[in-house]
Amino acid sequence: MLSYLARRVINLGGALLAASILVFLILGVLPGDPAEVMLGVGATPEALAALRAELGLTANPVLRYVDWIGGLLVGDMGTSLAYRAPVAELIAERLVVTVPLAVAAFAIAVLLAVPLGLFAATRRGGPGDVAVIGASQVGLAIPNFWFAILLILVFAIHLRWFAAGGFTPWDENWALALKSLILPALALALSEAAILTRVTRAAALDVLGQDFIRTARAKGVSRLGVLLGHVLRNALLPVATIMGLQFAFLVAGAVVVENVFYLPGLGRLLVQAIDQRDLAVVQNIILCLAGFVVLVNFAVDAVYAVIDPRPKESRR
Amino acid sequence: MTRVHSKYRLGALAAAVWIGGAVTAFASGDTLRIGVTLEPPHLDPTAGAAAAIDEVTYANLFEGLTRINEAGEVVPGLAESWTVSDDGLTYTFALRTGVTFHDGASFEASDVVFSLDRARAEESTNAQKGLFSAIDTVAAPDPATVVVTLSRPEGGFLWNMGWGDAVIVDPASADGNMNTPIGTGPYRFVDWVKGSKIELARYEGYWGDAPAIPNVSFSIIPDSAAQVAALLAGDLDAFPNMGAPETLSQFEADPRYEVAVGTTEGETLLVMNQRRPLFQDVRVRKAISHAIDKQAIVDGAMFGFGTPIGSHFAPHNEAYVDLTGVTPYDPERAKRLLAEAGHADGLELVMKLPPPSYARRGGEIIAAQLRAVGIEVELVNVEWAQWLSDVFRGEHDFDFTIVSHTEPLDIGIYARPEYYFGYSSSTFSGIMEQVAATADPAGRKALYADAQRVLADDAANVFLFQLAKTGVVSANLKGMWRSAPIQANDVTGAYFE
Repeated sequence: MLSYLARRVINLGGALLAASILVFLILGVLPGDPAEVMLGVGATPEALAALRAELGLTANPVLRYVDWIGGLLVGDMGTSLAYRAPVAELIAERLVVTVPLAVAAFAIAVLLAVPLGLFAATRRGGPGDVAVIGASQVGLAIPNFWFAILLILVFAIHLRWFAAGGFTPWDENWALALKSLILPALALALSEAAILTRVTRAAALDVLGQDFIRTARAKGVSRLGVLLGHVLRNALLPVATIMGLQFAFLVAGAVVVENVFYLPGLGRLLVQAIDQRDLAVVQNIILCLAGFVVLVNFAVDAVYAVIDPRPKESRR
Repeated sequence: MTRVHSKYRLGALAAAVWIGGAVTAFASGDTLRIGVTLEPPHLDPTAGAAAAIDEVTYANLFEGLTRINEAGEVVPGLAESWTVSDDGLTYTFALRTGVTFHDGASFEASDVVFSLDRARAEESTNAQKGLFSAIDTVAAPDPATVVVTLSRPEGGFLWNMGWGDAVIVDPASADGNMNTPIGTGPYRFVDWVKGSKIELARYEGYWGDAPAIPNVSFSIIPDSAAQVAALLAGDLDAFPNMGAPETLSQFEADPRYEVAVGTTEGETLLVMNQRRPLFQDVRVRKAISHAIDKQAIVDGAMFGFGTPIGSHFAPHNEAYVDLTGVTPYDPERAKRLLAEAGHADGLELVMKLPPPSYARRGGEIIAAQLRAVGIEVELVNVEWAQWLSDVFRGEHDFDFTIVSHTEPLDIGIYARPEYYFGYSSSTFSGIMEQVAATADPAGRKALYADAQRVLADDAANVFLFQLAKTGVVSANLKGMWRSAPIQANDVTGAYFE
């Protein structure tokens, strides 16, 4: 187990190192100069030169890379070129919006999809199954930005239950903060729920056809008992795999939803930073996202072990 | 709330209870809620070009010696009055007394000396350093007087001092203005939730009349569908610069809102790169001007918002001359001129388009119009950062580009042969030198008229249209700027009816 963990940590470090080099190289060849973006068309060459020097853009790229990584190792992400504020602070401010949003969307998707998928599997071919399949088809077909606009139209413009967007900071009023995430989380959850429903249904159908299910029923276990105790547990393995992948996609989907609801999330910060060539912010966010995906995969692996306690080699 | 259907009331009530009674009532009256498209990178107008900075800070947080009002006139700011020497080289400003900065520091002549010297210093990162280039010395003979001597006459000096880039800051707080701006304006900075909103509150120690509305919040909403939704949901009182003109029609029919259409300083151009030998031929430039139907671009790309122009000058300026008839839309004449210039077989050119919709949509229409006279155009979309590095600076690698020149009264750019489009004319430069040496308004007006004519006759670029300012304002909100002689949201005169 210890060597397994050590391997994972080395993998994690390697992935992050590769990501950091890649990001740095790509940003290096990206056309555009942060100083020009900041000072605009009226800037004199002297003012541009002064700003470039002030921002540290004149240093050798290798030095800049070493500087960045060296800073990261001691927990310093540097200073945003555009905002002139510590990058770590900027990212932290945005994470408290994006992470709760992604978690809420994920929870909504799982809470909808697992029961619906199990229900459809037990009613295979029946009207209930057809209804669930049809609904998930629709859920997949609707782009999340469009669903977001639909939600705004109904709940913000007509019913006036919610604001059309924006975010109240947690420390100002946590209830309002939570409220401002409800519509975005729903918008983000829809397509995830649709995919998960289909995966759960298919996995459950697989399990339902197995001999041990018939045995369990023959032993007198109730329908529901079989469903929860045997079908769900065995169906969860493929479902957890997809969930892991989906969670990474949620962060990408959050960029779109954050824009429609104008939430101050990480996705919007990234897009804005790319526009302004705020390299210090872009490279750190991308590295965070890469680290995040690696961690989620790590977590999924750990969940496997809980769902299926047999050692890894003898699974399946 | 009149639009809420009664059967929804119960639901709304339930939602309000569920959220723990945390729902605050609509705060109309004590807070002016404004929407802006772009977030300022920081809040120091003396250290960045982004219009978004001035859209929050100009006149609200910071003030200069002079200021520019909605009509585009120079009026007194922190300088109560001034005198100009007969040779136009010495400006003596009498400063207001009893003025304080938001942190309580008092405003004196030494602050003016500091601010102007800082802006024109060698290591200055002021985005409009050119505004200060004529200044030779700045002196403070007493705390309420500032004497500025120029090294050459600069007829627009008082106008220049009204820009956001020329505001007066306090030496003690100047370095912190990016994140905690401290000025002398009627509003003080309260909070900035990055990516979300900026909040201001009335500064009780303001030297002048207190503004009517106690608080102002600027919400940052880049997405045009979200802008519309926020207005329709009643989350905003005004969106002074709507992103997409096609969204305005739904507000025209809505009694809660007024669509405010005004003018800006944005001359929108089809720029021809005159570093290319092809465009040094005036016949080619004229042919292209004749090939373009400007009204069709205003209608097609801007949904009718915008005014066709014939030279590089804003129609709302009193020195404006209507020169749209100099090179009228005439495709046949365009073809003849191209043939005369030796391009009867047609041309293949590249047009680089920055992100705004006037450029992207306008580019499609212009490409079609040019195709009709035998010019094939390849459209290349670029980001702003790329446009700045490749088109505006660097190698100037483009044939055509479309861009709106939003700096106020910037006709002088045609007197700079190093400028990105590479136009040069000794006649024009001569007129601009005279403008600089003339302080008398009537004389300047006549010279500006001549300058406009030279550019129109020379087809220096294709002058497409003046960008409109299209905003949506709550019907009960008055005193907001309809036009934008400079890019600002001066809310100091706003009030609810």
